[in-house]
Amino acid sequence: MEKITFDQLQEELYYEKLESGLDVYILPKKGFNKTYATFTTKYGSIDNHFLPPGKEEYVNVPDGIAHFLEHKLFEKEDGDVFQQFSKQGASANAFTSFTRTAYLFSSTSNVEMNLETLIDFVQDPYFTEKTVEKEKGIIGQEITMYDDNPDWRLYFGLIENMFKNHPVKIDIAGTIESISHITKDMLYECYETFYHPSNMLLFIVGPVDPDQIMTQVRDNQSKKDYNEMAEIKRQVEGEPSEAAKKKKVLEMNVQTSKCLVGIKSSTANQSGKEMLKNELSLNVLLDILFGKSSEQYSTLYSEGLIDDTFSFDYTQEQGFGFAMVGGDTNDPDRLAETLQKMLLDAREKGTISQETLDRTKKKKIGAFLRAVNSPEYIANQFTRYAFNEMDLFDVVPTLESITLDDVENAAGNLISEERFTVCQVVPKK
Amino acid sequence: MAVISESVKAMNGYKLHVVKTEKYKTNTLVWKMKAPLEKSTVTLRSLLPHVLQSSSSSYPSTGKLRAYLDELYGATLFVDLAKKGEYHVITISVEIANEKFLSDPTPLLKKAFQFLAEILTKPNVHEGAFDEDTVEKEKRTLKQRIQSVYDDKMRYSNFRLVQEMCKDEPYALHVHGEKDDVDNITPQRLYEYYQQAMAQDELDLYVIGDVEEADAESYAGELLTFEKRSPQTAPASSGRTKESVNEVREEQDVKQGKLNIGYRTNVVYGDPEYYALQVFNGIFGGFSHSKLFLNVREKASLAYYVASRLESHKGLMMVMSGIDNSNYDQAVSIIKEQLEAMKNGDFTEQEMEQTKAVIKNQLLETVDTARGIVEVLYHNVVSGKEITLQTWMDEMDKVTKEEIAATAKKVSLDTVYFLTGKEAGK
Repeated sequence: MEKITFDQLQEELYYEKLESGLDVYILPKKGFNKTYATFTTKYGSIDNHFLPPGKEEYVNVPDGIAHFLEHKLFEKEDGDVFQQFSKQGASANAFTSFTRTAYLFSSTSNVEMNLETLIDFVQDPYFTEKTVEKEKGIIGQEITMYDDNPDWRLYFGLIENMFKNHPVKIDIAGTIESISHITKDMLYECYETFYHPSNMLLFIVGPVDPDQIMTQVRDNQSKKDYNEMAEIKRQVEGEPSEAAKKKKVLEMNVQTSKCLVGIKSSTANQSGKEMLKNELSLNVLLDILFGKSSEQYSTLYSEGLIDDTFSFDYTQEQGFGFAMVGGDTNDPDRLAETLQKMLLDAREKGTISQETLDRTKKKKIGAFLRAVNSPEYIANQFTRYAFNEMDLFDVVPTLESITLDDVENAAGNLISEERFTVCQVVPKK
Repeated sequence: MAVISESVKAMNGYKLHVVKTEKYKTNTLVWKMKAPLEKSTVTLRSLLPHVLQSSSSSYPSTGKLRAYLDELYGATLFVDLAKKGEYHVITISVEIANEKFLSDPTPLLKKAFQFLAEILTKPNVHEGAFDEDTVEKEKRTLKQRIQSVYDDKMRYSNFRLVQEMCKDEPYALHVHGEKDDVDNITPQRLYEYYQQAMAQDELDLYVIGDVEEADAESYAGELLTFEKRSPQTAPASSGRTKESVNEVREEQDVKQGKLNIGYRTNVVYGDPEYYALQVFNGIFGGFSHSKLFLNVREKASLAYYVASRLESHKGLMMVMSGIDNSNYDQAVSIIKEQLEAMKNGDFTEQEMEQTKAVIKNQLLETVDTARGIVEVLYHNVVSGKEITLQTWMDEMDKVTKEEIAATAKKVSLDTVYFLTGKEAGK
């Protein structure tokens, strides 16, 4: 077991790669009641075209299957795992994103028992035709719930606008139609492809003894047999650099309009330190441009184009990335126009002062300290970083190293009219 | 060791609560202002903290004020409003990095106190009125905030249930106030109300983090001084029961129906039955092992979400679920059956033990966050009771099956609200 210390943050991280290929990380947090553990596979909604182990032909699976599998993994022959966790005083959950499926529990007692339950249930699939059919009703309601949610429709509408081929444009839960094709055999095929320990990461954070926990995980894994795992082969079609669609307007049952401006990223194939620097530079850029202390924010707010739902964000994973900015507004067209102009103006060199950059870096460092108060944040983000070959604990030193040049270059690379797109939700007439 | 060690000290016009803990990399100040929930003040109170946080006399624009916060390593300033029983509570919080994790030794805690004092006591005021521009901008945002409840159907149906259920009670008021009252607010009127609230509200300051009690006390004593007061108390929540169940059906253009059911529990925080009520709610619908989840979702596959939650100070329990429009009757009847089962004591020792364990877990997790600590402790201010977290957990442990069933029998169905799509019933 390796021990990595972060002096400035006063944290220690323990790491071991087990024989099966599983990466295990333990971060002891003294004084906390809660232990939080996530068991995550690098498998999300975008992984819909791949080569199953031992097969020679690529398969295309129905939209929403990674999320469906997440739901179904909780059900076992003798009942569902939620019951087991709550008997042990824990609460369990799971989520599926574009690139990951995470299973988790949090508890303030019986940590070892809960950890055993977590690892075992994820590593023991049980799917039957009957339970698969039953789940279609539940997930159908989940999909319908999101269909009525204007913010979700806006968010996905924007992503659909950006991408022509990339499966990130597919709604994570799929559609009622697409999930109707899911069978238990397909679930097993996905499971066997993506749930090998070498494609997974276990993170435990809380008031725990790292030696004891690592021994437990090692013992648990040594009882199970896993074949050597070959590299997972995924297929993704080429993606043009420009946005697939410039604008979309959705009419919904709302009183206030919503508008998001999106920019498709041009740096989709990064990973590791390069990706970390680019991602942080763009986060700093967006904060300088649209944070509450910016001129742009004051202008937008004073003109009544935005309210306190206004937000901005940059997302990047291997293979795709995008920025988005916007919120509720009384004038979606004028907001879209103003935001795009502000973005284009920001591309010009020399618009950002050193003082503003320094202030924004300070702000980001403080925000990071606040974030690492949260065990959930540490576990979830550490995993995301690791899957992209980055290290969460490099954030502060990397932020400190960012220069005006870095921000200007990031702006130059990202901001381009052909990569802009707009999505709006407006009241039905 | 106590789960939370809170030291409370009476200051000039308010109480200072210090919770010293080394858990966090930040220090948090939470300022609470509480007054009875009333139609005549609800909109003013909703607007006030947003105006206070948008500028001050030393930082006369939002840009300047926020730039100063960025400079303080991104200290956050956050305002919020809540209904707690028949009270309307304003929260203003400042969270700031603990400088021991920074290479820069600036004394940030003191700056956070100074900043909070600036926001609270040196507003951007000229000649007896708040800055007009600021007020106008915030009025516009407040209207949008009130209106936005309509666009999120989950929040909307929850709000509509409470509105129908508590028709003649203050609790029916929207936490953000009434849209029609916003336009009538002038910068003068708001300033008058600010003075009134500062003079009469019940005030509490919580300080959470790796701080010395003596430092917190000296900063607070030096920077925050208000007149003594005896805060107004709201009339006790009525435990009224309706003669018949109120059924409300509303049609809108939605795909998923929203079923929201309101019950009167006739038990509030601090009552002897309160602990049994918590366990009852947990077995009934509070968790993913609860009766509602198992029967509505897992067995009948009718819903993705179905849960019950308590409003502890008002004595309400609300069930909420998203269902297909055509499944209304089936869902309502399953929910009713589960409540009957609870009343008949039709639940196992194991369900009870499991629920107690999960509630205890939830409470302990809540106090792992600074905001959670304040929420748990503030129950005592709202109720005027002194219940420690340890007492809460110990009392819950003692709850018996009989007590749970007896408490379930006090729960009465009040209102069934259904937001349904236009295709319903065809």
